[in-house]
Amino acid sequence: MSSRRSRSRQPGVSRISDDQIADLVSKLQQLIPEIRNRRSDKQVSASKVLQETCNYIRNLHREVDDLSDRLSALLASTDTDSDQAAIIRSLLM
Amino acid sequence: MTSNRVFFNTSSRKARCARRFLQSLLRIRQRRPGSLSSEEVRQRSRRIKMAAYSSMACTVGSRRAWSRAIIFRLQSRAGRHGRMRRRCLGVKKKPSREMSQADRLRDLVPGGEALDFCNLLEETAHYIKCLSSQVEIMKSIADIYCRS
Repeated sequence: MSSRRSRSRQPGVSRISDDQIADLVSKLQQLIPEIRNRRSDKQVSASKVLQETCNYIRNLHREVDDLSDRLSALLASTDTDSDQAAIIRSLLM
Repeated sequence: MTSNRVFFNTSSRKARCARRFLQSLLRIRQRRPGSLSSEEVRQRSRRIKMAAYSSMACTVGSRRAWSRAIIFRLQSRAGRHGRMRRRCLGVKKKPSREMSQADRLRDLVPGGEALDFCNLLEETAHYIKCLSSQVEIMKSIADIYCRS
């Protein structure tokens, strides 16, 4: 029995079926806007999904960095915290 | 504006995460209010980034491998300067030509190094969901600060 999958860290412990992997890959596919918005009929290859996933995660990390910089600059530019904290508190309550 | 109110008022995971992140943010601001030196702005940016990953991971708790990995990383760095790095220090970066797609993914998802392929895909899906909602939270907060 040959199951095509990439290098497993625990050979012999778990026999993962192709269906399970295909299932997870399609679930991942739905989360990635690049692929979701493309809306092509033909099946996206697993390799493509993984590649786009890596790109998407890198983009998200970069966005967190940029937003941290932006928030840091915004925090530095405010002198009175009373009104902003009040606004935010009102949103949280 | 109403969408923001609804978003923060529910007790969903996203709202809890937002509240936690906001509390960290206000604490960070109180440490050195209104300082303008570029080095301090950079340092604050690093603290904010750490707070982002921390609130994301703590909201999920120990239920996921990626959140456990982040929490562990943050705790083990607490003794040092507390700088949050995206990649675990222990992982050696292999040259990308030799790395398979799965290994590249393992490098990006916290805690991915120890996972088999199936679990890696599950963790990745959850990690992406939480990470993108964290980005939305940060964008909303930045917009609030910009507006007022």
